[in-house]
Amino acid sequence: MSYEKAQSKNVIWDWLTTVDHKKIGILYLAAGAFFFAVGGLEAILMRIQLMFPESSFIQAQTFNELLTMHGTTMVFLAAMPLLFGFMNYMIPLQIGARDVAFPFLNALGFWLFLFGGILLNVSWFAGGAPDAGWTAYAPLSSESPGHGLDFYVLGLQVSGIGTLIGGINFLVTVINMRAPGMSMMRMPLFTWSSFVASMLILFAFPALTIGLLLLMLERLFGATYFGVDLGGNVIIWQHLFWIFGHPEVYILILPAFGIFSEVLPTFAKKRLFGYSAMVFATLIIGFLGFMVWAHHMFTVGIGPVANAIFAVATMAIAVPTGIKIFNWLLTLWGGRIQFTTANLFALGFIPTFVMGGVTGVMLAASAADYQFHDTYFVVAHFHYVIIGGTVFGLFAGVFYWWPKIFGYRLNETLGKVFFWLFLTGFHLTFFVQHFLGLMGMQRRVASYLPGQGLDQLNFISTIGAFLMGVAFIILLVTIFTSMKNTTNVSDPWDGRTLEWTTTTPVPEYNFAQTPLVRELDAFWYEKYEGDGKMKAAEPIGDIHMPNGSILPLIIAFGLFVASFGLIYAVYPLAIVGLIISFIGMFLRSVKEDHGYHIPAEAVKRDKDGGK
Amino acid sequence: MDPHADPSAPLQGEPSNQTKRKLKREMRTQLVSFVLMIFITSMAFFSIASDVIPNGFAIPFILILAGLQVVLQLYFFMHMNEKGTGWVNAMIWSGLFVAALTVASLMLLIGVVKY
Repeated sequence: MSYEKAQSKNVIWDWLTTVDHKKIGILYLAAGAFFFAVGGLEAILMRIQLMFPESSFIQAQTFNELLTMHGTTMVFLAAMPLLFGFMNYMIPLQIGARDVAFPFLNALGFWLFLFGGILLNVSWFAGGAPDAGWTAYAPLSSESPGHGLDFYVLGLQVSGIGTLIGGINFLVTVINMRAPGMSMMRMPLFTWSSFVASMLILFAFPALTIGLLLLMLERLFGATYFGVDLGGNVIIWQHLFWIFGHPEVYILILPAFGIFSEVLPTFAKKRLFGYSAMVFATLIIGFLGFMVWAHHMFTVGIGPVANAIFAVATMAIAVPTGIKIFNWLLTLWGGRIQFTTANLFALGFIPTFVMGGVTGVMLAASAADYQFHDTYFVVAHFHYVIIGGTVFGLFAGVFYWWPKIFGYRLNETLGKVFFWLFLTGFHLTFFVQHFLGLMGMQRRVASYLPGQGLDQLNFISTIGAFLMGVAFIILLVTIFTSMKNTTNVSDPWDGRTLEWTTTTPVPEYNFAQTPLVRELDAFWYEKYEGDGKMKAAEPIGDIHMPNGSILPLIIAFGLFVASFGLIYAVYPLAIVGLIISFIGMFLRSVKEDHGYHIPAEAVKRDKDGGK
Repeated sequence: MDPHADPSAPLQGEPSNQTKRKLKREMRTQLVSFVLMIFITSMAFFSIASDVIPNGFAIPFILILAGLQVVLQLYFFMHMNEKGTGWVNAMIWSGLFVAALTVASLMLLIGVVKY
């Protein structure tokens, strides 16, 4: 493809075939936001059912499906893709690269995730969604009638491949594509934490893949890995799921930690306190994340010694996390703090996450966990860390990076209304759930009896959920009413890192000249020690760009079709789907594709501002 | 257009003397490690095939040999001994560490014995 041809593409075709990390980032953000809204709606339906005792708003079976899909959607289809959106958009910009290491794989990862997500949600219209909880414990999952769990297995398998591909891509990008002078210890913390999260993806997702494979073989082909009557063991699923599942929650939280570590120094006008300690703490959290999975299984009966070991390992994680909390506080200490919406979310995160962390340590005490296990106390705990950590991080990232990504600033007044409504709604919903749990209300129950002291707290909790729903609508209003704020979008926050040195909208090649990095917080250093512009590491020249390709979509679509064949045991359809995928892979392998060059004159023309 | 833009284009000209010496040295290491690996494989085979060696010894023995074989292959055939493979080394070893730990604890925890 020539440069001229690459410039004049149909808009829809351009987005379907794009391999540009920025466009893929936006696709991830859009799809993630859609699934976030769907998951939120499912949560509100559940809260309406639990608003009054013995309510009959929805039936128990539908309730089970809602709670399963809420958890699965929020973890796999909302939180992770939204983080992937920011990672895709920001990692190359923050390390001074022109794209990720494997642009084609990046697109493939996105389409696999999207088709996996669609597959999961198709189950609503195909006789019932999965209903065994997002953890899908065997034998409940392996014996569950209908096709719901088959959709769960194959949907997660397909989107899991996408996530794994994305994680590997980020690892290689960070290792190989850093600009001159950008040593590992000069990388912005968002890139660092995304890097560690990608390592966790690389090591944790294979366990999920194996678990899902076993469950698929058991459900579709009558194998008996979990069937006790034929010598199987149901605990195998729990182990495999949590060997994946525990690192998974750190995959969710670490990039959010990274976002806070960008937002807090920017709005405190100070460099991040204890940068190297932050990096080290991130690595330790990543490492310990693999040593603690059995704390989800204290009541399974693996024995007191094993419980004690996993309890101590779990409590140890509070140490590096505490280091991070204190570093953030000391970053703020003595800073000139600006209370922008992004910073409000970061400031709101600190006490909220500490509360979630404290209940985490309580749950880690294995003897006490016999009381807490499977009650609303656990529900309150993980919503405090996942909403208080990951979702607050995502919203901070939205308000912080929106001008760079979409070219307009979000309205701060509406943003602050959104923040306060969301914060209030969140604490109203989940703070009372601690006490519901301590009073003995089990998680995942579709109803409860009146007169047991649960009525008022459940009512309060539901009101809080409504507030969060209203807050989300206000966010959407903010997004659609702020479109005219197109001034001052290149560096609106007086930023410290390389992404703010690019022009907005970011050109497809990101940097006309690869920047030369001389310090941590490279842009800040040039603002105060240099002339306010990055030094260039190369003269302006032709820029080599990858060609767009429709093949990622075709490969992912093939697996989507094959999944239907497997779910409904229509094997010819499965074979057709696999053939579509393999044709896509074959074409990718045999077709020479060297990309194209953007001529130096065009780069110069952009740089001088004229077209 | 820049002639070096295509990284998959064939190299032109003769290799330098230094490169030749390096290739020769590499060839020698490859051959030595190949012979060593054949030896290890045959040791494993004989320890199972022979009736003299009891299974209680032979099974852990061939597992150790298998581990050794993997390491040799990674370092000599997959070039993990070369410069600039720091990240590859770090990732493979931490992956192996996590996997070994997981498998070991699974073997302990899934059994009927309680700890």
